[in-house]
Amino acid sequence: MQSGTFHTSYASDMALRPYWIQRLRIVIVLIALLIFPWFADRYWLNLANTIAIAAIGAIGLNILVGYTGQISIGHGGFLAVGAYTAGLMAVRLDMPMWITIPVASCFTALVGAFFGLPSVRLKGLYLAIATLAAQEIIIWLLTHGKLLGIGESLSLPRAANNLFGMPLADLGNNDFVFYWITVGCLILTVIFVSNLFRSRTGRAFVAIRDQDIAAQVIGVDLFRYKLLAFAASSFFAGLAGALTAHYRGIISWERFTIDTSILYLAMIIIGGLGSVSGSIYGAAFMTLLPALLSNLARAVSGFVPDINAYLPYIQQGAFGLAIILFLIFEPEGIVKMWRNVKDYFRLWPFSY
Amino acid sequence: MEKIVQLTLSGIANGAIFALVALGFVLIYKSSDVINFAQGELLLIGAYLTYTTVEMIGLWWPLGVIVAVLLAAIIGVLIEQLVLRPLIGEPVISVIMVTIGLSSLLRAIIGGIWGVTPRTAPQFLPRDTITLFGASVGVDRLWAIALALTLFALLTLFFRYSREGIAMRAVADDQQAALSMGISVKKVWAVAWAIAAVTASVGGILLMSIFGGVSGQIARVGLLVFPVVILGGLDSIPGAIVGGLIIGLLQSFAGGYLPPELGMGEVVPFIILLLILLIRPYGLYGQRIIERV
Repeated sequence: MQSGTFHTSYASDMALRPYWIQRLRIVIVLIALLIFPWFADRYWLNLANTIAIAAIGAIGLNILVGYTGQISIGHGGFLAVGAYTAGLMAVRLDMPMWITIPVASCFTALVGAFFGLPSVRLKGLYLAIATLAAQEIIIWLLTHGKLLGIGESLSLPRAANNLFGMPLADLGNNDFVFYWITVGCLILTVIFVSNLFRSRTGRAFVAIRDQDIAAQVIGVDLFRYKLLAFAASSFFAGLAGALTAHYRGIISWERFTIDTSILYLAMIIIGGLGSVSGSIYGAAFMTLLPALLSNLARAVSGFVPDINAYLPYIQQGAFGLAIILFLIFEPEGIVKMWRNVKDYFRLWPFSY
Repeated sequence: MEKIVQLTLSGIANGAIFALVALGFVLIYKSSDVINFAQGELLLIGAYLTYTTVEMIGLWWPLGVIVAVLLAAIIGVLIEQLVLRPLIGEPVISVIMVTIGLSSLLRAIIGGIWGVTPRTAPQFLPRDTITLFGASVGVDRLWAIALALTLFALLTLFFRYSREGIAMRAVADDQQAALSMGISVKKVWAVAWAIAAVTASVGGILLMSIFGGVSGQIARVGLLVFPVVILGGLDSIPGAIVGGLIIGLLQSFAGGYLPPELGMGEVVPFIILLLILLIRPYGLYGQRIIERV
């Protein structure tokens, strides 16, 4: 077993996964991801896709909140921008998804940078309130979107779901095909973001979070990097939104209200701020919690007849309670709990 | 002319309610630096408790309101003790998130007890109209203004003359100095949450009476508190009152004069919020200690 940190070359010191046991874990996870869709039914595939999309959005939010220290309560709005951009391109311009998704992500990055402008003058909770305003303004634009020609909801044509001219419907059922797309996007996102924080830009983000004045003194252009953080964060929000639009085939503004922003904030708080894997754990936790509760409710509905009527409240209450309990008892999130478990076994049985 | 008078009065009535809700928000912020995202749920608690005491139990309405407000105050203190006390000294985002989690939990509890279908509110404010400057105005709005003003006057007296009120001002001014003078900061926090719960409840009860019903919609006002307090200044009580009135009037005029299909009343406060944050983040009366980047 590993008993300390020993590096004999810069390459091994810089590696994301320096130890064989970590690489083994990656291989196991990848194999599990490859095998899973062949055995899972549509219910579990749907959950997996939801988790993968949520994880992309959560990683995006974590770039901004966890790594750069800029609190945003407007992530739901940016998801909406991504979803509606992709949706409108598919409906109006008959574009296929392999064009709409990248374009929507880039456009969302621009919108995010625009709403990041207040961060030039504001920080902490004032910035949080400014992003709250951004959220409300984006949703207002969508609900009163006569200018954009949007009704209550937007249905995407099935024909838009094709990759380079090949319709996805030919490849299998929707959930199964999208599994490869969402998980593929998630893996690319994880690789990109993990490496981002080993680059100059990522280090600048972390410097801004830790002490913005000191960062400025050592030559970090605060304005530029904060806008960049907003843009990067919104890019992934746009990606998650566009994927949602094509996967669900129908979008409406109700999916992107302030409750969604809060859900994503809750994912990264519960998963772990400033951690890529934490974002994924948080996304999984927050997606599985309501699903688990509704399964439980179905299981006990024989004994407690009214349980189904109360299910939405139980789910909402569990959501709130999870946030409160995590903040009080484990503010660093699931990722810290997992690390505690690993640390325990790393030194076992001589933990002193 | 008629329209102007009507819009002005309903703007002032709504503004007075916003001011009440914002006042509690500012008190909590001043005494403990907590941004309370659960303010809207405190409104709901007040409204639903009053609905329960007056309509379901059948108490005489002033008694019912008093019981409801006292219960709300107890809930406020409990929230402070159980949820916020463990998070003293944590980063801003933790405190924001815990109040967000709290708002979700409270909404679930409220939904679980009373359901989501809107309920018809007990009619205790008179619903007839009188003619004022040639415009017919609902008497309930005038009552709302009068009640809000009374509450402001009482609170001013409380801060001016009572022992607890002076202690609260001391803590807001300088926590260290207040502590060394033997003031219990913990008690001040509890009192701040109790007052916030009371003012929010009264706001909720007034809204319930004006809407003629009680439903989750009342909690929307909890978000409007942000434009109000930022406009007035996050740490200023007069700011909360002036900000509330300005936002109430602007919302009323924007909703009344701009094309109704745009629904400008909903978004105008947030546009103002962004502008204020960009131009003058400390608001009209706030202390200029915003840390510049």
